[in-house]
Amino acid sequence: MKTLRNRHWISGAMIGLTYIAAVLATLPLLLILWHLVKKGASSVSVAFFTNMPHPVGEAGGGMANAIVGTLILVGIACAIGLPIGIGAGIYLAEKRTTPIAQTVRFLSDVLNGLPSIVMGIFAWELLVRPAGHFSALAGGAALGAMMIPLVTRTSEEMLRVVPVSLREAALALGYPRWRTSISIVLRTALAGIATGALVAIARIAGETAPLLFTAFGNQFWSTSLRQPIAALPLQIFAYAISAYDEWHAQAWAGALVLITMVLVISIAARFVTRSKFGAAVD
Amino acid sequence: MPHLAVPRVPVAQRKESAEPEKPSIITKDLTAYFGERAAIRDVSMTIPQQAVTAIIGPSGCGKSTLLRCLNRMHETVPNARVDGDVEILGTSIYGEGTNATAVRRHVGMVFQRPTPFPTMSIKANVAAGLRVDSKQRLANQAEDEIVEEALHRAGLWEEVKDRLNESATAISGGQQQRVCIARALATRPRILLLDEPTASLDPLSTQKVEELVYHLRETMTVVIVTHNMQQAARVSDRTAFLLAGELIEFAPTNQLFTAPKDPRTEAYITGRFG
Repeated sequence: MKTLRNRHWISGAMIGLTYIAAVLATLPLLLILWHLVKKGASSVSVAFFTNMPHPVGEAGGGMANAIVGTLILVGIACAIGLPIGIGAGIYLAEKRTTPIAQTVRFLSDVLNGLPSIVMGIFAWELLVRPAGHFSALAGGAALGAMMIPLVTRTSEEMLRVVPVSLREAALALGYPRWRTSISIVLRTALAGIATGALVAIARIAGETAPLLFTAFGNQFWSTSLRQPIAALPLQIFAYAISAYDEWHAQAWAGALVLITMVLVISIAARFVTRSKFGAAVD
Repeated sequence: MPHLAVPRVPVAQRKESAEPEKPSIITKDLTAYFGERAAIRDVSMTIPQQAVTAIIGPSGCGKSTLLRCLNRMHETVPNARVDGDVEILGTSIYGEGTNATAVRRHVGMVFQRPTPFPTMSIKANVAAGLRVDSKQRLANQAEDEIVEEALHRAGLWEEVKDRLNESATAISGGQQQRVCIARALATRPRILLLDEPTASLDPLSTQKVEELVYHLRETMTVVIVTHNMQQAARVSDRTAFLLAGELIEFAPTNQLFTAPKDPRTEAYITGRFG
């Protein structure tokens, strides 16, 4: 009996430790959010979203162009990164162990580990130098290239989890292989793939280095794909290293807005792709 | 019964099925390999139309492999191949230029474990076989009628008629398996292959499925693999006994179970091994 009581105590202690670990894991995120709110909330106003940056000394400046710019850049990146990433994920899930598949998987992992500034240089060489000017397209392409390995890996994992029996059931009904992959397997894995896509979007939305010499930033309003475009991370960076308190306050507000945007995108897209019937695979 | 759209059957098959005496499936020296290993060897049998044929044998004897050769599912496994031939209603399904997908559309299959498509409703699941060819999509009402008929035949209509748009995974295992059966029946195949369909079911669902199989013989050819000898005796007209990949005996069910010709068959059905 005494041993049993000891074991209960130890079990309780271990469960307590796991709770503490969970709290410690979420603590940095919560601290950052709290800090951002504390520092930036006061500068966030309607004007922040609708106004252009104002010169120092003039009140009421905003980051409207940067917010729209980030949305455009993320949009371009998704247009490039999602189809290629999901397509590559489908390919890898179908042809699991062939030499080509193994090579693709390996190269994808290498690409994943490349420093983001190298991605920026790559996009600069391909899209900025020949064109002779910075552009939103180049910035979006750099971000899209960063998305590809992330989306590929998570798509492949989510597709692999779909049981072979489902695929066989579709084949036995007379579905051709490609339709089995898309209508049945992909659909079953969709929620998981969407999560992977969102993780990738959250990752690239805040990237600064690849945009430094591709999108370059823009003090003026521009939504053209062939012109330099403002972006929240770039604007935050420019303001943060400046000498003016006013701009520092704006930088805090920008950081708060950026995190909120990522949060909203995550929730909204999760809601949209949530299958009416739940995505549980038995 | 309203006139329902029936999937187009190739001319050769239509001609053969007009004579009820013609065999439904003929296998000729069928050998199936996984890599270098032959799971079944030189199996030749003639499966009659509009009857239930059972395939029995100990675990690992190749029953499922034989069944999967009949609708060209065996070759979906990597490194698997088939030698020999299978004729369905007079047409060779392994012949030059035959399309595996087309074969599978005319032969229904139900697997051992229920496999409803989890992101689809019950109605969409049953209709899945009808939606295979997106160019020939049926009108909603026609589709609904076929779904209802298939669920009636599977003995599931009363239980799910109010829940057709709910997820197919929200029902019990026995009901899910009957949804899979309805899904296979919805395309009105001439041949239905059942791979141990009641292996993971409770006794009540098992009974319902067996009743269904027994009645299906009026309209189609059924081949059922089962590890349960009593089930084979209950539902089938002819039974085939497989051992280590070879067809040992193939006879009318009554005869096989009361007066088997081969001593190995007798040893198996009396429980001396298995």
